[in-house]
Amino acid sequence: MKYQADENGYYGNFGGAFIPEMLYPNTEELRLNYLNIMEDPSFEKEFHALLKDYVGRPTPLYFAERLSKKYNTRIYLKREDLCHTGAHKVNNTIGQILMAKRLGKDRIIAETGAGQHGVATATVCALMGIECIVYMGEIDIARQAPNVARMKMLGAEVRPALSGSRTLKDATNEAIRDWINNPVNTHYIIGSVVGPHPYPDMVARFQSVVSKEIKSQLLEKEGRENPDYVVACVGGGSNAAGAYYHYLDEEEVGIIAVEAAGKGVHSGESAATSALGKIGIIHGSKTLLMQTEDGQITEPYSISAGLDYPGVGPMHAHLYESGRGEFISITDDEAMQAGRMVAELEGIIPAIETSHAFAIFNHRNFKPEDLVVINLSGRGDKDLQTYIDYFKL
Amino acid sequence: MNRIQSKLREDKKLLSIYFTAGHPNLNDTVTIIESLQASGIDMIEIGLPFSDPLADGPTIQKSSTAALDNGMHSKLLFQQLKDIRKTVSIPLLIMGYFNPILQFGVEDFCKQCQEIGIDGLILPDLPLAEYQRDYEQLFKKYGLINVFLITPQTSEARIRQIDAASEGFIYMVSSASTTGAKKGFGQVQKDYFQRIAGMKLSNPQIVGFGISNKETFSQATSSAKGAIIGSAFIKHLESEGVEAIPDFVRSIR
Repeated sequence: MKYQADENGYYGNFGGAFIPEMLYPNTEELRLNYLNIMEDPSFEKEFHALLKDYVGRPTPLYFAERLSKKYNTRIYLKREDLCHTGAHKVNNTIGQILMAKRLGKDRIIAETGAGQHGVATATVCALMGIECIVYMGEIDIARQAPNVARMKMLGAEVRPALSGSRTLKDATNEAIRDWINNPVNTHYIIGSVVGPHPYPDMVARFQSVVSKEIKSQLLEKEGRENPDYVVACVGGGSNAAGAYYHYLDEEEVGIIAVEAAGKGVHSGESAATSALGKIGIIHGSKTLLMQTEDGQITEPYSISAGLDYPGVGPMHAHLYESGRGEFISITDDEAMQAGRMVAELEGIIPAIETSHAFAIFNHRNFKPEDLVVINLSGRGDKDLQTYIDYFKL
Repeated sequence: MNRIQSKLREDKKLLSIYFTAGHPNLNDTVTIIESLQASGIDMIEIGLPFSDPLADGPTIQKSSTAALDNGMHSKLLFQQLKDIRKTVSIPLLIMGYFNPILQFGVEDFCKQCQEIGIDGLILPDLPLAEYQRDYEQLFKKYGLINVFLITPQTSEARIRQIDAASEGFIYMVSSASTTGAKKGFGQVQKDYFQRIAGMKLSNPQIVGFGISNKETFSQATSSAKGAIIGSAFIKHLESEGVEAIPDFVRSIR
């Protein structure tokens, strides 16, 4: 269990709960209850029934024949893009909405950057008939209009975050401030493996269904549970946490994390947290963080709105520091080209976040007999305008 | 005895002021502190600005951003304060978020505080468990009193735990909220103030958040030892300037 959180929420040197006292009762209630609730058979039954009948799980594990041929290795795609709402995000929001109900909460808040987590949260709130408020940076609201409309259609209220840089980190600050002001009836559905303990562990557990399915699907197709490598893109890191989860302690499985280098790791416009970050505290968690020398949090950049978070989940910071994970940074251009290649070779348009993971094959060689699983975390419908502008389609 | 502890023994209700260092102007820090002391303020919280002040409302968010834009940072603050004890004798605390201190180096930061004559720290995002896990020894080594917060939602057991870990005062957050003025105190706050007073804690309590004028100050201090004003003072600084600090203090008591 050395790559999992300990009872204080630490992954090695990272994690913990650096929160103001005003949030202590909220997170403590969650900390004391989340494992019991998740292990309750009736919760498990309800969670898995919704994942099956509402989300569409298990998602396929697809052997990408043309891609495999091109790179002379064996590539499988875990099709999280086929989940309802178009990405893995909904695995977590289904889990957390059920958690919120068991805790007796009747108001949900969430933060969102590109809008994918906001849509996944608005969706489950509609499903359960619970009030939903999504905080979104004013700048992101302007550049992600279709997702704003989706959330509204699903009955959520989208509140603009007007502070700071008016993007994802500020939306998260505003959601935390809302929670401080509404400590009793509100549950905060964090969208990634970030935030104070127990969030990173809880979200990783809800997403762990991804690697659980990979194991049984690989066994069926290849007669073995473990691939040689699991590859995922990492912003905050929730899809990666899910894809790695059941492989963390299986040392023969290589773990590869792909971060967004933006216009280049050292261009000043990047989101490559492992390369550029130092240990620090963001949103209640001690982790690797992009910041100034004076400890002010800096604004990251990536063409992919889902990867431009200045921190990374504490699990991933630990995988990086311990050397268990291999971290690679991919630029905007490499990611866009990789996305187009996957569309042309496999008939799948990936989300730009996921396109970063596919660029791995230009950076790293795999042996012909290697089994490489790529977590295809989301579909590219939401990014069509960015692809259109980039390729002048 | 630490200056905070001596001050708490005085037989009066304490008025404490928070301001953000580097705001309104980068080099106002010493002027503001000296003027506050001259106006009869009992204790000062010097705000170290942070890019992401998640426990603060709009006023302190704005003053923090302005201070950073003006060029404030930890090293500069220490430079500005290096001779402060030649003119100022009231207790001085630094209030801020933990990340800038972590980057400065926690031990170096504590050491600088001791050299300058800072008496204590208030770091809302360094809660009891994390403080005791990694930092308590360092704070104590350099004679710094760490001040913990309680809120209306804090359980009695936890208040007792915080009381046991405290060596100065307990920062009593008046309501479940971020910083900034509310519409005065209602019955909920009055009950909360009385409930805490009834617990007979070993550390005195100083109330903060939502204190903005004479009325809220006197309500807050009816059972607590003192009160802290932050956002209302910052607004006054912005509109009336540093010269008008004595007017603000006179309007409170």
